[in-house]
Amino acid sequence: MGIDIRKPIGGLLALLGLILMVYGLVADPAQYRKSNGRNINLIWGGVLVAAGGAFLLGSRSGTARQASR
Amino acid sequence: MPRIELAPVDYLILCTYLVFVLGIGFALKRYMKSSDDFFMSGRALPAWVTGLAFLSANLGAQEVMGMAASGAKYGIATAHFYWVGAVPAMVFVGVFMMPFYYGSRARSVPEYLKLRFDEKTRGFNALSFAAMTVFSSGISLYAMGLLLTALLGWDFNACILLSAVVVLLYITLGGLTSAIYNEVLQFFLIVAGFLPLVLLGLENVGGWSGLTERLAAVSTGRGFEASAFTSLWGTLGNASANPLGVEWFGTLMGLGFVLSFGYWCTDFLVVQRAMAADSMLAARRTPLIAAFPKMIFPFLVIVPGMIAIALTKTSGADGFQLPLKPDGSLNYDMTIPMMLGHYFPSGMLGLGLTALMASFMSGMAGNVTAFNTVWTYDIYQAYIRPRESDAHYLWMGRASTVGGIGASVAAAYLATQFNNIMDFLQLVFAFVNAPLFATFLLGMFWKRATGHGAFFGLVAGTAAAALHHGLSLPAGSAVGIKGGWLGVMTAYPSEMAQNFWTAIFAWTACFLATIVASLATRAHREEDMRGLVWPLTERQSDAGLAWHQKPATLGLIILALVAALNIIFW
Repeated sequence: MGIDIRKPIGGLLALLGLILMVYGLVADPAQYRKSNGRNINLIWGGVLVAAGGAFLLGSRSGTARQASR
Repeated sequence: MPRIELAPVDYLILCTYLVFVLGIGFALKRYMKSSDDFFMSGRALPAWVTGLAFLSANLGAQEVMGMAASGAKYGIATAHFYWVGAVPAMVFVGVFMMPFYYGSRARSVPEYLKLRFDEKTRGFNALSFAAMTVFSSGISLYAMGLLLTALLGWDFNACILLSAVVVLLYITLGGLTSAIYNEVLQFFLIVAGFLPLVLLGLENVGGWSGLTERLAAVSTGRGFEASAFTSLWGTLGNASANPLGVEWFGTLMGLGFVLSFGYWCTDFLVVQRAMAADSMLAARRTPLIAAFPKMIFPFLVIVPGMIAIALTKTSGADGFQLPLKPDGSLNYDMTIPMMLGHYFPSGMLGLGLTALMASFMSGMAGNVTAFNTVWTYDIYQAYIRPRESDAHYLWMGRASTVGGIGASVAAAYLATQFNNIMDFLQLVFAFVNAPLFATFLLGMFWKRATGHGAFFGLVAGTAAAALHHGLSLPAGSAVGIKGGWLGVMTAYPSEMAQNFWTAIFAWTACFLATIVASLATRAHREEDMRGLVWPLTERQSDAGLAWHQKPATLGLIILALVAALNIIFW
């Protein structure tokens, strides 16, 4: 109906991922003692950008929509 | 209570989410042309969207935080709510019941009752459901206000106002579609926010084997077998041998059959999502598509609780501790927020809290969209103004959204003043809901069931629930809201066991009373029941569909997978 939901999903995930990645690159690494020493912002930000990108690609090709019918 | 400090990046993440939520509402505004668009998304959504919404509509923050709290209290046995409870019920509603809901063209669950039975059965269901949704969304608001006040030091009034206004805006603008789209968004946020929490937590405690080892110490410390926190069925032979305080029969029948089927198969809040699907096949696949992620959710929402209790009991002085309540007992409800604060640095912390706020708001929005539909179609159109134009009902849909949210806010403030009233109301709703599944089961599969029979059965079932509650008491509780107000005849080892058995009694009473009263009254004419009851409805032909589109095939795959999970974690 109306708008393709994959666009806002993809857009939001990618944008949040991007924010996390940038923050992960510039923020003080001392805070990653909490997360078992891993830069979880950078890692998970990357995962979100990839997931968001997949949704945006899917909405452009439109194949997933036909498959779901 | 320890405070959590948010950094600017956390606020940036929260605001980004809010912009998307409201953006979806504004983008959908121009598609809301008729009441069908507003209340039923024009029956035009693909199955994967309604499927994820079907799952998320139930995934309010109280559910998420409550499941983690139960994971900390009872261990993996909490997964019974998913692997014995929800998933088989979702298969049943998809394969067997959806043909009647969707095929009857009813616009709501109460309206189906009107078509199949009669006006009074619909009225009973519509009124209790409308009242229940308003109170649920009020309690959700209240819980969110309390949490954010305690955790972040925000102002209680500001929290309530902000979330009420956001939900109000996106529903009045985009109707059910807005709510559904935001539920789908919330699904992905919950996964994005909680999956890294589980992964970091498991890494920290040494994987599943490390967790099992630590939980063995927790179990034996409480006088249970070492496996009590990590096994599903192994310690369910006797109610006193497991932390849940229930035995296998009460779990299978009370939770697995009566409560779960009652909720997933008859609650309009979830069924409404399937009714918005774009075809009969999509409607039937909606609960089935939802069942796959539902099976995996225990790992996202219950395992964090198990990790939390393992750390609380076994780590050193600078490790993780669940906060204490004023009376000195562990405050399990704070499990999720405390775990987010423990493992997440700024950035991820914002994402985790945004996921939590998203589920608060979409939990509220789910209730509000179900309320405005039942109010407009089953109360306003049925009893107040029957013959108005479609534009009038569309207007009423928006007006009742405002009214429903206003009433929710009032309920939230009522809860701050009189917490007992909320406990009491939830109890009454539990009585009314417990027998419902018997009514639908007989209505859909036995053509001899009549309107008088259904109504009498519902009343009898509700009375049986109240009676059982009044005559039984969980161990360690005082007589009153917990039961025993008619005199204590039986004692249960836990409140959960009492709930399961209340449901079993209510269902049985409703089932028998409906049969007896139906046989004593005149049967409905068969022409009036075509498409509403199994023997008088043409079977859906699934021939020519691919295997992954056939509801029955999907259902069998799901049942096999869920059986495997039960065996793996036996």
